[in-house]
Amino acid sequence: MLKVSNLEVSYGAIKAIKDISFEVKDGQIATLIGANGAGKTTTLRTISGLNRVSSGHIFFKDTNITNMEPHRIVNLGISHVPEGRRIFATLTVMENLELAAWTIKDKNVKSERYDLVFSIFPRLKERFKQLAGTLSGGEQQMLSVARALMTGGSLMLLDEPSMGLSPILVDEIFDVIQKINKQGTTILLVEQNARKALEVADYAYVLEVGTIALQGSARELKEDQRVKEAYLGA
Amino acid sequence: MGEIFNLQQLINGIQLGSIYALISLGYTMVYGIVRLINFAHGDFYMVGAYAAYFIVNFALARHVNIPVVFVFAASMGASALIAMAANRIAYRPLRYKPRLSALITALGVSMFLEYFFSALPFIGPSFRSFPELITQRIFTIGNIKISNYAIVDVAVSAVLMIFLTYLVRRTKVGMAMRAVSQDKDAARLMGINIESIITITFLIGGAFAGAAGILAGITYPRIYPYMGILPGIKAFTAAVLGGIGNIPGAMLGSYIMGISETFATAYNSLLGEGIAFAILIIVLLFRPQGLLGEVTAEKV
Repeated sequence: MLKVSNLEVSYGAIKAIKDISFEVKDGQIATLIGANGAGKTTTLRTISGLNRVSSGHIFFKDTNITNMEPHRIVNLGISHVPEGRRIFATLTVMENLELAAWTIKDKNVKSERYDLVFSIFPRLKERFKQLAGTLSGGEQQMLSVARALMTGGSLMLLDEPSMGLSPILVDEIFDVIQKINKQGTTILLVEQNARKALEVADYAYVLEVGTIALQGSARELKEDQRVKEAYLGA
Repeated sequence: MGEIFNLQQLINGIQLGSIYALISLGYTMVYGIVRLINFAHGDFYMVGAYAAYFIVNFALARHVNIPVVFVFAASMGASALIAMAANRIAYRPLRYKPRLSALITALGVSMFLEYFFSALPFIGPSFRSFPELITQRIFTIGNIKISNYAIVDVAVSAVLMIFLTYLVRRTKVGMAMRAVSQDKDAARLMGINIESIITITFLIGGAFAGAAGILAGITYPRIYPYMGILPGIKAFTAAVLGGIGNIPGAMLGSYIMGISETFATAYNSLLGEGIAFAILIIVLLFRPQGLLGEVTAEKV
């Protein structure tokens, strides 16, 4: 579904991503784990077009999306839950969702999406008219995921969805991710909480200072000695 | 002092403030969306005045009667076109470059428009008198005189401001404008083409400046290629006074500017030109974010 080959991304003279290649298969939950500054966020931002590619290619369902404009990539079916939620704080919950439905022309499709969003996030229906900035941290994260769901991608990129949430909410958000995956959306998850990420994922890549150091099925990596020492605190 | 602070002056001030408001809104909207102080904005106002000048004179020369509404629509269209062209040609290539580059470019666009218009043989650098688009009438109520020009200025400006408020608060495009001004990357992830939202912003800002240009032409019927400089700076000051990026702030700031300028001019004409800036400095000392602006922390 998503194929990244020999990707390089630079910020000015600094190379943030050095020649990485990886793949996300249809229906999977794939995860990129790694320490701060390893290039996880940059990788996601580059896939959705927010960062420019210096060299290499990104293919989504056989379409070359390398350096395509972000709004066109969204239209092709990649939705992105950015790091730090990035909800529109001075807009209402409804307006946030309406904006996410920006590209939907068909009224029926739109109401189906609303039904889907509210079935997963009933709380957002209660908060519909409230300003997004007044939601709790957990609700804001839910709204951010709901927005991505609303855009209707077949691939969802999630950047640190557990950041800043209490353990109960972390469990809740991972449940939601699995639920979304079961309903047919492929997931690429970036997490610092490697333990959680490896629990839900099918396949995992370990990113270290801009390159892929390790990869394998999530089950294998969970038992890998190096992963255990570096990321699982064992 | 009773001579200076009277109702007549207040009306004149509101009239002037209405014109400033239309210019000021363009400054504040563009700043809100692309964080650019578009110094060429005052020149879009000049373009509007000249467009109306040519349309009306053309009609007069051929003895055709053209509706005032048409003159407004055409001149606002001309200013909007210039604004969109400036965005497309000069500002868009610099969108993700350091902000200072775009700011200097805006000064360049401003000077280009002023000197280019002066150089055009059919415009030239000298003053021209604006044709009488609407016949002036004066209504006397007690000892106050209200010109129908004042009514037109205030009414046109009010209608446009109500339209803008509706657009920004209630429509999908307005929603997208608010989203883009808040977080461009997040807006792009919603599938919004932010360049088209920016284009719409320049279109509206330009059209409003054009409307202000015609109103100024009607009210103070002398136009010239540099006529946009001072009102432009004052409208920008009004936008900063109200809190740049904030639409109601620009309206409020403009009325404060217009009214204080009129009162100060009645006292001393030189003071009139300077009062606006004095008010700005005082307000910014106590409220750096402007009257209605919000305190924003730079994101790291």
